[in-house]
Amino acid sequence: MAEVQPTPAQPPSQPPAPPAAPVMADPTQVRQVKEFKHNRPLFAARVDPSGRFVCTGAQDKLVARWDVDGDKKLELAGHESWVRGMAFQPGGELLLSGDYTGRLAAWRYAAEPPQPPVYTIEAHKGWVRAVAFSPDGATVATCGNDKLVRLWSAADGKPLRELAGHESHVYNVAFHPSGGHLASCDLKGVVKHWDLATGMAVRQLDASVLWKYDPTFKADIGGARGMAFSPDGAWLATSGITEVSNAFAGIGFAVVVLFDWASGERKQVLRPKENFQGVAWAVAFHPAGFIMAVGGGGGGGALWFFKPDQPNPFFEFKLPNNARDLALHPDGLRLAIAHFDNTLRLYDMSPKPAA
Amino acid sequence: MPFPKTTETLMSDRNYACQSPEHRISRRSLLAGLLGGSLGTGLVDAGLGHIAGLSHLIRPAVAGELAARQKRVLVFFMAGGLSQLESWDPKPGTDTGGPFRAIPTSVPGVHISELLPYTAQQMHRLSLVRSVNTKEDDHGKGAIFIETGRRDMPGQRFPTLGSAVSRLLAPAGAALPGYVHIQPGGAGVNKADAAFLGPKFASISIDNGKPPADLLRPDGLSPAADLTRNELRRKANQRFTARRRTADTEAYGYSYDQALQLMERADVFDVTKEPAAEQERYGSHDFGRHCLLARRLLEQGMTCVKVSHSNYDTHFENFDFHIEQLGEFDRPFATLIDDLAQRGMLETTLVLVISEFGRTPNINPGLGRDHWGSAWSVAMAGCGIQKGAVIGKTNDNGTAVAEREVDGRHLFHTYLAALGLDPKENYPNLNRPIPIGDPAGEKINELLA
Repeated sequence: MAEVQPTPAQPPSQPPAPPAAPVMADPTQVRQVKEFKHNRPLFAARVDPSGRFVCTGAQDKLVARWDVDGDKKLELAGHESWVRGMAFQPGGELLLSGDYTGRLAAWRYAAEPPQPPVYTIEAHKGWVRAVAFSPDGATVATCGNDKLVRLWSAADGKPLRELAGHESHVYNVAFHPSGGHLASCDLKGVVKHWDLATGMAVRQLDASVLWKYDPTFKADIGGARGMAFSPDGAWLATSGITEVSNAFAGIGFAVVVLFDWASGERKQVLRPKENFQGVAWAVAFHPAGFIMAVGGGGGGGALWFFKPDQPNPFFEFKLPNNARDLALHPDGLRLAIAHFDNTLRLYDMSPKPAA
Repeated sequence: MPFPKTTETLMSDRNYACQSPEHRISRRSLLAGLLGGSLGTGLVDAGLGHIAGLSHLIRPAVAGELAARQKRVLVFFMAGGLSQLESWDPKPGTDTGGPFRAIPTSVPGVHISELLPYTAQQMHRLSLVRSVNTKEDDHGKGAIFIETGRRDMPGQRFPTLGSAVSRLLAPAGAALPGYVHIQPGGAGVNKADAAFLGPKFASISIDNGKPPADLLRPDGLSPAADLTRNELRRKANQRFTARRRTADTEAYGYSYDQALQLMERADVFDVTKEPAAEQERYGSHDFGRHCLLARRLLEQGMTCVKVSHSNYDTHFENFDFHIEQLGEFDRPFATLIDDLAQRGMLETTLVLVISEFGRTPNINPGLGRDHWGSAWSVAMAGCGIQKGAVIGKTNDNGTAVAEREVDGRHLFHTYLAALGLDPKENYPNLNRPIPIGDPAGEKINELLA
């Protein structure tokens, strides 16, 4: 059972209010507008609901908080290993982050100076690969290498439910925008749809295009490296690597698999026009209806923009380095991308002013 | 985390291993046994060659005692190149250390990767060499260096350790082959392993732990007809080899004779003969079965068993793959070490965990580690090896050897010395003098018991 540590006394901290409604984004105008330097390769990035901060995980034990519109950097110390799973509390003040050791930490991320975690939980035996918040901000879902999905009370970290049934490492988890349902995807591309009222898996979706057992190397490769619902809940996207010909060299192609959530049917397998050797590490939906994904591989990094009804991107943007994670700013215009070269970069999709 | 001193030793008593008094055959018991029984040339290997002529007079009980003294070798070959940072030499918290923690072991002060929790509990029976620099990043050349103790040289091959000990330690006339290689896929005789020693000492590959093909006599062939057929073959073979004897013809005849003996002991290869609880302890996956088969073969007197575990060539997703591969390796390996110890076999069995090389401290963009022969680790246990020792060290982030650098030559000399063999001696009965170990090598004295 997870261990809940006492909540230390905390100064009040409230995140700023969300920004105004977004203006129309134009992906074809995307350009880098800012970069922040860390000292280790970055592994994760999320933008807080106010749009003021980006938090990153890296190949170290820190969560770093960056001011989007400034140069300030704070470091949140409390993890024992690399952080990949991160989620901000909708309408709240918490950031939840999970590390390779199985630890989940809750932070009042806006507090200054930085505070120790509000609570930490030994949430999984093995890596916490992903963290997600319910739309109402009350529940946290985590998944990990113990093949489990677990639900926690965001307020105090108390365990709520354990969702068992995956037969391999669980790579990702996402709440449906309706709040009553959850999707999780494992190493072998098995997507489970969980009814949170009953805790039962009600159906299974097939994303096995993201997985391969390599008989030469005697190992599995795959998993949903990225996973997201569209804001209206109509689509579920998972991303990763497909058509692997050599698992240990990572010879395969970046891919996004798109499901119609209502029917559970796989509607599209989204691929760059020219095969991109590598992994699509993250995928996100834009409120305007297009899909964004980033990847990294032998040829560097790339950012792709897809429409749900077209298998190839309507626009591709070469990134300066391998990309590990992607987060959309609440303004709908800016993207935060975590790169391997120790750099967090901000990109802007706003229309360029007329010359 | 504090790292252990260059050499850490759990046990101060160095008299525990093959040379321990309680495992020597006493003169009194030997003389008492000279009244019956039989024993083959194992006496010579046991250092009792001066009375080998009396071997037919030794009682079975003493023969059993001598058989128990037979030295054996168990090699775990971590194919592809095991990461030292995810196994024997973790560097948590450094830029090269990766995401895993180091855990304490049964030897105070010695930590290994958290991916090896069961192995950590056997650390008092293992020793580590953390300062291997083979300067070799090629799979084939790396394997040759670490298994033969000599660098790959065009046109020259030397025997692997398994073939060498098959030649130097295996009792003559043994029913089982001297050197068996259990691997995930592929069967056959690997002549290159034996080099100039001849195919008789080559390894025989066991495909995924399955018994050798066609081991059992076909139903349509009666034992009497089989015997007649083999007598005819033997006579024809003797006539042919009387004039054209070569290592290959000798191996040809030997392989038939050995096959006949193997047919009588076919169940040696059948791990399902082990109690269900034993199979459960080792796990139902292939590597678990392979380890149990290795134990079974060693118990039956096989001189060298090599178990290959695939695969560690993790240029991509090094950490995910080491979770998967070491998650499979850890428990059966630790179980086998414990079983050998509990059965009194570890003191006569040299155990090695080796690879072609280690993996780069640098973590590439695909979260992989690449080939790295410059600063890596091997593990050893058993016959002639210190318990709980750590030899050598790397620098703080594992990018270079900091103390007591060794390479494949030194390791090979150490393997042989641990088995009571002199690596500076020549192989016997060759038409030219060839030293067993590379003359430029030296054994690692502080690793020896």
